[in-house]
Amino acid sequence: MTDAVELDRMTVRFGDFTAVEQASLGIRQGEFFSFLGPSGCGKTTILRTISGFIEPTEGAVRIGGRDMRGIGANKRPTALIFQSLALFPMMSVAENVAYGLRVRGVGQRERMAKAEALLNVVALGDQAGKRVDELSGGQRQRVAIARALAVEPQVLLLDEPLSALDLKLRQHMRNELRAIQRRVGITFIYITHDQGEALTMSDRIAVMNRGRIEQVGDGRTVYEVPETGFVAGFVGETNALPGRVIEVGSGLAVVETAVGRLRGRNPKGLGVGAQAVLFVRPEMLHPGLDEADNLLSAVVEEHAYEGNLTHLACNAGGTRLTVLLGAAESRNPPVEGVPVGIGFAAADAFVLAG
Amino acid sequence: MRSSDGHVFVLALPFVVVAVFAAMAWVDRRRGVNAGPGFFARNGWPVGLFLLLAVTLWALFMIVLPQLFMVEMSFRPKLPPAAMGGARDVYTLENYQYFLFGSTTSTASWNATHLNAFWRTILASILVTAGNFAFCYPLAFYMAQVAGAARVRLLLLLLIAPYWLNEILRAFAFRVILGTSGVLNKLLFGAGLIDAPVDFLGMDVGLYAGLSYAYLLLMIFPLYNAIESLDGRLIEAARDLGAPWWRIHKDIVIPFAKPGIGSGCTLVFMLTSGALAAPLVLGGPRSLWFTPIVYDRFYQAFNWPQGSAYAFILLLTCIAFVMAVLKLGRLNLGEITR
Repeated sequence: MTDAVELDRMTVRFGDFTAVEQASLGIRQGEFFSFLGPSGCGKTTILRTISGFIEPTEGAVRIGGRDMRGIGANKRPTALIFQSLALFPMMSVAENVAYGLRVRGVGQRERMAKAEALLNVVALGDQAGKRVDELSGGQRQRVAIARALAVEPQVLLLDEPLSALDLKLRQHMRNELRAIQRRVGITFIYITHDQGEALTMSDRIAVMNRGRIEQVGDGRTVYEVPETGFVAGFVGETNALPGRVIEVGSGLAVVETAVGRLRGRNPKGLGVGAQAVLFVRPEMLHPGLDEADNLLSAVVEEHAYEGNLTHLACNAGGTRLTVLLGAAESRNPPVEGVPVGIGFAAADAFVLAG
Repeated sequence: MRSSDGHVFVLALPFVVVAVFAAMAWVDRRRGVNAGPGFFARNGWPVGLFLLLAVTLWALFMIVLPQLFMVEMSFRPKLPPAAMGGARDVYTLENYQYFLFGSTTSTASWNATHLNAFWRTILASILVTAGNFAFCYPLAFYMAQVAGAARVRLLLLLLIAPYWLNEILRAFAFRVILGTSGVLNKLLFGAGLIDAPVDFLGMDVGLYAGLSYAYLLLMIFPLYNAIESLDGRLIEAARDLGAPWWRIHKDIVIPFAKPGIGSGCTLVFMLTSGALAAPLVLGGPRSLWFTPIVYDRFYQAFNWPQGSAYAFILLLTCIAFVMAVLKLGRLNLGEITR
């Protein structure tokens, strides 16, 4: 089966600035695919290039196997949900949803029936006649989704559509979006800087930094097996311990760091002498151990109790470490100010180029 | 009613209106409808008093009273100074009758010259307004949504700079360009496109060009303001949903900019129909614009009452027309003055 969307060595430049460099990936039919990265990483440029508002400087965008060069935004089988939603204030809710059908020449009666059906899908059937500004943020969100679905796109593009909502609504809309995607079965391409959103909703994630795609994989892979230092640092919390590789073997590397020699996985096969950073997640650090692959001594400086979790801010000879304890572990937390041994398994740490 | 009583009435009317409003405000305040600090409490009494006096005097003596006196005058007969205030100085509709029938006594035939000029003026003003809109809308859209900041500044400068010249000079410039021995004729003749000079001014090309140009800015700015406040994402959203460019304008930009279009068209229409300099300087020998007729009532016929009546007819017709158009476009005055 051809990919729903394929980026083929796509580069986008604005003058001297390269917004996206050599992006290549395939997004499968019916997939919920996310681009995750900090602001300015080029993820919105990718979205706008797929939707046809920007032409790639080099390379190609293919949708359903068809090269999209020269095909305008109004002729592509995509629909975009804007960050600001961009609902038409001069039209009613139903007219907004029906607009794409109206420009396609669908008759008044038919398009209004379809708009009504779609509004029912997003649970807004009783709001059809209202003005857009009479709706709440979450309702507006759903109108934007219905408006985009009305034109029956092959690919739905979403540009951080949840960022304007409050936390509760955002979490609710995550589930809602995922449910809608399963129901309609079309490809969703989602842009976000929120790793929580990307991890919970996506089938696969592309992590981006400075115009480059750093890693593509499902949420678990991206979180648990980061391929670059940026991915390790950006997706989730992590402790970064810089140093130099002094020994390699059997998929592991030993790094000489400020807090001692630490052993971790070496997925990129770094050689002896390479500058490297050892990354280890806060939840993989266990205080109070006497024996482990890696052991270091630290002083707990601060406790932050969050109920189900406890954050410990530790100081290991000048290097700050964050430790995250689950509820069970945190019943007997280490005492503040007293040195404690912190251990972690070599399999839980990653040595990546610094 | 005699005219001396009329003067008293006209003078008293604004004061009565002001007094009624003051009383209403006082009652509201007593009932607690308007609970905030009072006008004088907010501004302090010296500033408050100054503002009140300045606004009142300005509005009364510069705007309200002169207009009211013009209206009053339009209902009076033309009399030699000696007869003013005498037995023949009574209110009459003869000035309005003259406009319609060309005579103060007979109603046998229509006053074709003046009526034709009047309707031609209204019609031509509508055409000039429409032409102005057709020209300004693309430019305003380009400036508001497409061009970068530097380009917009340059365009604004180019638009504004010619208006540093005064209106008469600009009108004469059109004569220089369009006259039978003018620049344009020379160019066309030199290029071999014509073998006899074209009388552009006689064809009223100069008049319409001059009128269109005179109030261009008053169309550009409201349009630019309105379109500028349109979120560009709405345009993109429409495009993304499949709309071709003309539908985007028809469905999104024009409905959104309607208040700006309303205020631009209203201003241009009102000012064009009341323009004097361009018709005087650029009007062809056969064209008869209404404002020069009004002017002649005052300064050629020395018939101020009739001139007032003519001016008042033009004003009322324009207001009625504008109101009707606004009603049709489902716009209200509050929106277009936004």
